[in-house]
Amino acid sequence: MSPDDALVLDPNVDGPASLGADDLAVEEDAATRRRFGIAGWLACAWLGLLAIAVVFADLLPFKDPNAELTIPELAPGQDGFLLGADGNGRDLLARLVYGGRNSLIISVFSIVLGFLVGGFLGLLSGYYRNWVGKVLTSLFDILLAIPALVLAMSLVSVLKGDPSQGGGMDPRTILVLTLAIVSVPLIARITRASTMAWAQRDFVTAARAQGAKDGRILFREIFPNVLPAMAYIALLGMAIAIVAEGSLAILGASVEPPATTWGVMIVEGKDSMEDASFLMFIPIAVVFLTVLSLNFLGDAIRDRFDVRESAL
Amino acid sequence: MNNAGALLSKLGVRLIQLSVVFVVVTFFTVSLISLVPGKPENLVIPFDGTAEQTQRAEFRKKNDLDQPLPIRWARWAKRFVSGDMGNTYSSTGSSPVSDKVKDAAPISGLLILYTQVVALAISIPLAILAAYRNNTWVDKVISTLAFGALSLPSFAVAIVLSYFFGVQLGWVKTSGYNPLGDGLALHLKSVAVPVIALSLGQIAVYMRLLRSDLVATLQEDFILMAKSKGISSRRVLWRHALRPSSLTLLTVIGLNVGNLIGGTIVVEVLFSIPGMGKEIGAAILGRQYVALQSYVALIAIFFVLLNFLVDYLYTVLDPRIRERGA
Amino acid sequence: MSDQTIDPAIDPTVVGAKAVEADVAVAPGELLLEVEDLQTRFSSPRGTVHAVRGVSFDLRRGRTLGVVGESGSGKSVLSRSIMGLVPANADRSGSVRFGGNEVLNAPARVMRRFWGTEMSMIFQDPMTALNPVVRIGKQITESIHEHTDLSSRDANETALALLTSVGIPQPEKRLRQYAHELSGGMRQRVMIAIALACGPKLLFADEPTTALDVTVQAQILDLLQEMQRDRQMSMILVTHDLGVVAGRAHDIAVMYAGRIVETAPSEELFRNVAHPYTEALLRSIPKLEMAKHTRLDAIDGRPPDLVKPPAGCAFAARCPYAQDRCHQEDPVLSPVPGHPDHTVACHFPVNATSGTAEPVRAEAQS
Repeated sequence: MSPDDALVLDPNVDGPASLGADDLAVEEDAATRRRFGIAGWLACAWLGLLAIAVVFADLLPFKDPNAELTIPELAPGQDGFLLGADGNGRDLLARLVYGGRNSLIISVFSIVLGFLVGGFLGLLSGYYRNWVGKVLTSLFDILLAIPALVLAMSLVSVLKGDPSQGGGMDPRTILVLTLAIVSVPLIARITRASTMAWAQRDFVTAARAQGAKDGRILFREIFPNVLPAMAYIALLGMAIAIVAEGSLAILGASVEPPATTWGVMIVEGKDSMEDASFLMFIPIAVVFLTVLSLNFLGDAIRDRFDVRESAL
Repeated sequence: MNNAGALLSKLGVRLIQLSVVFVVVTFFTVSLISLVPGKPENLVIPFDGTAEQTQRAEFRKKNDLDQPLPIRWARWAKRFVSGDMGNTYSSTGSSPVSDKVKDAAPISGLLILYTQVVALAISIPLAILAAYRNNTWVDKVISTLAFGALSLPSFAVAIVLSYFFGVQLGWVKTSGYNPLGDGLALHLKSVAVPVIALSLGQIAVYMRLLRSDLVATLQEDFILMAKSKGISSRRVLWRHALRPSSLTLLTVIGLNVGNLIGGTIVVEVLFSIPGMGKEIGAAILGRQYVALQSYVALIAIFFVLLNFLVDYLYTVLDPRIRERGA
Repeated sequence: MSDQTIDPAIDPTVVGAKAVEADVAVAPGELLLEVEDLQTRFSSPRGTVHAVRGVSFDLRRGRTLGVVGESGSGKSVLSRSIMGLVPANADRSGSVRFGGNEVLNAPARVMRRFWGTEMSMIFQDPMTALNPVVRIGKQITESIHEHTDLSSRDANETALALLTSVGIPQPEKRLRQYAHELSGGMRQRVMIAIALACGPKLLFADEPTTALDVTVQAQILDLLQEMQRDRQMSMILVTHDLGVVAGRAHDIAVMYAGRIVETAPSEELFRNVAHPYTEALLRSIPKLEMAKHTRLDAIDGRPPDLVKPPAGCAFAARCPYAQDRCHQEDPVLSPVPGHPDHTVACHFPVNATSGTAEPVRAEAQS
């Protein structure tokens, strides 16, 4: 350990003592820096469980989520219904799984799409600081000025089209497109900030000095560095998308029966609040756990790659 | 030293920027109608019958659907500014949007105000506590709770709260709204759960941000200097540390308005509160694009005004900004 | 009972001090501060940092002690340790007696009665030491309101008088201004005014001129001296620059690696330097008589690691006169023969009269 470390370790050499705050942790705040530990593994376990259940739903012994029986609500554990049944006799567990499949598909696809478009635009606007960049940035800012939910709802209503003309798009597609479009400006802005930071580094200048073309620089030099930050945003974005779908479900803008999503299940559960509260609690718990796990993993990835929040 | 002049010009520039935002957003909504597959007037006035046919033709004319976009927007803007926000159409006839707005907007405004007040009143002291007791168990508990709160969608919180306090304990209503005129207690009971649910997410965001800002500020020399004057810790925290740190909080409040509006919409629908949210939801589902245009325009105005207010408060809180340019 | 000789305009605590404030009655010339074997340790992820490793000295009222050392010597930690402005992870031991009161490890609640009224501190960078969003006047009167019962108007009057006394023109205007509206020198004067608002008996000046232009440095130091004289104030002047304390401090203590290695009255120190480190410090100051392009003598090497302080003399690794004993045995502060008020911690002091060592590494230096 070099003697210079003594200067670092003696926090009061040139810096101030502070009120009650630990001044050895100036930049990285120890309290917010979560250790991966057991919580991290639990998060992975939960998400892994979800993934398996959702992907292999048809192969696993779940009941038919849409099979209706004329029985009242059943509490969990009764009559072979592991998590109970709703007012129409549909198995809650099965509905959670198949509904989860929809929720997760929607959130994953919308974020992927959002990244493809937003990430690309962000890279461009971050790298080209001329009028191209400025125009793109203004576009993002303006889109961001519209409250996300209002934008989403408007898009859904436009995409839903004319009911009297029948058909129309699959609601899931509508949701994917809507959430993707809503997420594009934000993803673009974050990508842009990250790109700008990396574009200033010397290795980029060096590449340019060797005659590398812009496209190559963007995708070979900058993009791989921007990627870890994007992973964090992606996980966070998925969590937000799940919640957003829930909000849209409350507004009646989500999928139509017989399809279901977690959001729809929560709304339905709310109506049974007084008689069968588990119908509401269990979907809420599932959503909460999923969102929590995604947030946690996202944070862990961010810490691992030491990405600064100031990219926003 | 032309302080007032610099301040005014800076705010003036901001006003222009925000006006541009307003124009673009409203332009977007006006063009929305054209994006709808099919004929808009069929969707807005969905019912068949001879009366409706003439209504539809009128509708087309009135809303300039045959005109190019810029003209349409200009005409719309003119009408909007003079108070004509269009009509909604239903099977029972049409009614002016402005009437609905007059009734619904104050209710939503009240909800948002309550939410912000509650959120700030709780998050600021919590942040100060967590920052002051940085890295102790107090701080860790608060930070963990905030992280958990962030993962809870506000509508889920609202539902759960209304279950416990409404259904189980019967302390609050689970739906419906009582205006102030019905008595303070009744009024508060009807908005308690929505406000708490909405503010929870805000509290988490504000608290985390303010806390980390405070921790950084507390490292500064002037805090030590203040302490060396023998000032009490509480005074140092509130008088010296909070003000510089509150700037980022103010920024976030401005940025967060969008979320708040979205949350308010959801909560109003959930609890059958007759605010703007409910109207907007109904307009969207009922394909009332004309009404939607006006609603979005109103939200845009609200957003612009709020950002303007935030910018002004910025200059109040940080005297350095009064002199500097943007 | 406070001193009757102090003008209430300068020290408002004379007339309006709150009953609860500490009141230390020490006459000019009497013992104000007694520090004995002060040690300060910080717990850090890499181990315990021994920033101050046993410092002892006395300070009388009205006298200035200059504490000189390079970065990492612990000089800043020392003044904060004495005052009590240390972070939560600091562990102090030893004894600090102020006017007879033991204040080491007193709780903040108790120390707050001393801070501002009896002891004060000014900092290196006035830009960061002043709150950027609070008006100057407020920052001065805050102290006054905290420790006295003066009315707002009287407090403002006092603030005005203070600003005038530190040499700030147009004080009424300055009261309402913010830190960023003032020049560096003025900010430092304001900081001095704030620190002296309640008439402390002891002022810690932590590198007060390092952030200032050279021309302003002298003015500030003069100002401090003047304030000190008017108020019979003691001062501990911490700096890395021997030139700053020359002629301004009554006594000088040289710190290295958390310890005082030499201390003497000012003139005696310069005339009769004993410790090799001090000698090296003196040598490294450029002098007017030197020819152009004379190479400056820097001291080779770096200060030691304070997590594991070396066994013998901390300076041995860099000392040109070091011998085996130096690496094994830690020297103790002992008086230089013939000069009882001049102490040095060295086995082989550089002193013509004690007759020792020649520079061992003369050849190594190219």
